[in-house]
Amino acid sequence: MWMNRLKYNFKEQTNAAPLAIFRLFFGLMMFASIVRFWANGWIEKLYLVPEFHFSYLGFSWVKPIGNYTYILFIICGASALFVAIGYKYRIAIITFFLSFLYIELMDKTTYLNHYYFISIISFLLLFLPANAYFSFDAFTRKKQYQQIPKWTIDSLKLMLFIIYLSAGFVKLNSDWLFRAMPLKIWLPSKYDLPFIGENLMQQNWFHFAMSWSGMLYDLTIPFLLLYKRTRFVAFLFVVFFHVFTRVLFPIGMFPFIMIVSALIFFDAELHTKIINFIKKYFLKSKTILLLEPNFYYSNLQRKVTLTLFTVFFAIQVLLPWRSVLYPGELFWTEEGYRFSWRVMLMEKAGSTNFKIVNLDSGSQFRVNNTDFLTPFQEKQMSYQPDFILEYAHFLGDHFTKQGHKNIGVFATSYVALNGRLSTRFVDDKVDLYQEKVSFKHKKWILPFQSEIKIKGI
Amino acid sequence: MFRRFLLLFISIVTLHACSSSEEIVPTITDSFDRNALLINIADNIIIPAYEDFSSKMGALNTAGETFTTTPNQANLEALRTSWFAAYKVWQHIEMFDIGKAEELQFKFYMNIYPVTVADIEDNIADGSYDLNSVNNQDAQGFPALDYLLHGLADSDAAILEKYTTAENKDNYKIYITAVLNQMHTLTLSVVSDFKTQKGAFVASTENTATSSVNKLINDYIFYYEKGLRANKFGIPSGVFSATPLPEKVEGRYKNDVSKELALEALVAVQSLFEGRYYNALTTGVSFKAYLIKLDRTDIASSTSNQFKVAITQIQSLADSFATQINTDNTEMTRSYDELQKAVILLKVDMLQAFNINVDYVDADGD
Repeated sequence: MWMNRLKYNFKEQTNAAPLAIFRLFFGLMMFASIVRFWANGWIEKLYLVPEFHFSYLGFSWVKPIGNYTYILFIICGASALFVAIGYKYRIAIITFFLSFLYIELMDKTTYLNHYYFISIISFLLLFLPANAYFSFDAFTRKKQYQQIPKWTIDSLKLMLFIIYLSAGFVKLNSDWLFRAMPLKIWLPSKYDLPFIGENLMQQNWFHFAMSWSGMLYDLTIPFLLLYKRTRFVAFLFVVFFHVFTRVLFPIGMFPFIMIVSALIFFDAELHTKIINFIKKYFLKSKTILLLEPNFYYSNLQRKVTLTLFTVFFAIQVLLPWRSVLYPGELFWTEEGYRFSWRVMLMEKAGSTNFKIVNLDSGSQFRVNNTDFLTPFQEKQMSYQPDFILEYAHFLGDHFTKQGHKNIGVFATSYVALNGRLSTRFVDDKVDLYQEKVSFKHKKWILPFQSEIKIKGI
Repeated sequence: MFRRFLLLFISIVTLHACSSSEEIVPTITDSFDRNALLINIADNIIIPAYEDFSSKMGALNTAGETFTTTPNQANLEALRTSWFAAYKVWQHIEMFDIGKAEELQFKFYMNIYPVTVADIEDNIADGSYDLNSVNNQDAQGFPALDYLLHGLADSDAAILEKYTTAENKDNYKIYITAVLNQMHTLTLSVVSDFKTQKGAFVASTENTATSSVNKLINDYIFYYEKGLRANKFGIPSGVFSATPLPEKVEGRYKNDVSKELALEALVAVQSLFEGRYYNALTTGVSFKAYLIKLDRTDIASSTSNQFKVAITQIQSLADSFATQINTDNTEMTRSYDELQKAVILLKVDMLQAFNINVDYVDADGD
């Protein structure tokens, strides 16, 4: 967008219906996600049961707040509903954005790319006039706007573009394309699917076909959605692809959110029809609102928002590639792995155990991880270096507090990646308690040893 | 356009509902037969081991009756022999924390060690206790019998006195009877339940958190890591504490059996991995065969080898782990390390190859 600044007309107006529909569906999906999360008992399991939480660097002050965590989820779910109906929209989306962000920052064990996606989209929605049309706000102020600046809707499209393309480019690696990893591990284990489980899922060619088509899908779908002639077919692909991944993998609401998001690419004609459909069958409303032709930002608002968006999108384009700043194999060290749309690229598992050593006497004992971590936390900690380091510091602090003096924390760690035999992961001679938590390269991660290297992006 | 979307939406829902049977593919069933795996494990490993245990447990119970009726040296020795025979077979079934065994917390009533001697003595002194209480789990089972048969006093004569001339001798005898009854009843219930539920057990082959095949594998690894590696080796040799804790070995009062029990348990773990029939040399469908089928011979052979290395290392230890710990604990921790290597192969490599989820939460493959 900022590259084509000369060509792009920021003054252009467009129909407000697509954004209104996006707001409605996004809000409903978010509400459903929160309800689902609660109904599965995950609030308790992921946020209340663990006594220790893994924090994002700089956000260790964001912690679950005991039973009030439920209230946080109520606030988040309610604000999602308010966003959906477009009532007190600005306050609702700010509340949603902040409460959702808080929830995500509480424990990085639960990090998912799709939660990151939601945070980003709701950040964009903070600034967009999503309540201009077909909203409760329009109803109360008795006035709705038919047209909004075109760049507002385009900014959402641009975000989806960046996501799909990044997700596609990062699939251009030898594990994904030439070893069909990790699908070769995952698909055969779906043997219990009806009809296709015992045959299709077991076929070598099918694993490769899925890998390659997944890569091609990500790289082409935004373009196919953009051009009118291919749009409908592209949408069919979107639906098929995401429904299929939903059947195969435990990815929750994400496929549905992506399907609904892709609707933003369609012309307003479709969205208007959806709105009329809803009006006719659900609202049964005959109220005629005063229709203003155009919604405009004030000059200042527009300038501030556009500047902010320019910076934001520049970051979005660059952030997935920050991993090039680190030495070593990315899949192994995971330095710069998160927030980069690397979805479904690795099957990684590990076993990491810690030794507390009295540095004066040399006496030592091992830690039973289950004393401090839930099974899910232990699983995640076992192969992610930043988790290992944070946990090592927690252990160091914990045992120091218990009266142990001058201790060192050492880890014995084995990790297996994409069907390779497990190998040592952490230098067990390094006292992790003395290693600083930072974004710098972690020298104590042993180099990726396997003879089957990973080449590509 | 909108109509087309409505149509599309409806067709997706329908397709999703009947999970698309239209795929035209050659019907090659080249996936692993998990049903055969479960049948082999149930018919040739679990049931024979259960039956053997059941009969040894019955014999132990009878020996207990004989001893409590006529407490003398000969009957004490007979009871001890039965105790050890049953304890060895127990090592083959503790890992099957499934069905009734899981529901009743079978293993917690049979083999929590070390026992809390004060609890046992209090129970005996009071004469009233509820062995079904969780608080009494560390006052019954094999470890409690170990104490009652070997640990009450320094000499056999002094032990016999507790049952013959001591003031509360009747309470001692009643307690032995109560502990044996509890063990016997639980065993009968677990064994008969597994036999009746076997059909459901072998049929539950799907890849879910609650299917037999996944639970069996998870329990197996959990047992190996906790019940075997940690309880029998790690904890007594001080791996998890500042100093060794030799008083925490299995069978501490008999004192010369901890190695034999541990080896028995490790052979049981190895046998399940290899699909070897209980007490026989024949092998059937196994985890190992599954790995080979998945083209992971590397994991299969590394694991088999590692079990062998661990067995050899453990064979070099003293019969009494307590003695071994007190004389040369490094050999003990070395055994722990060898066992730990197999934990990694099972828990990291094998589980990854099988793609069995530890937990049900959303994940996008990290």
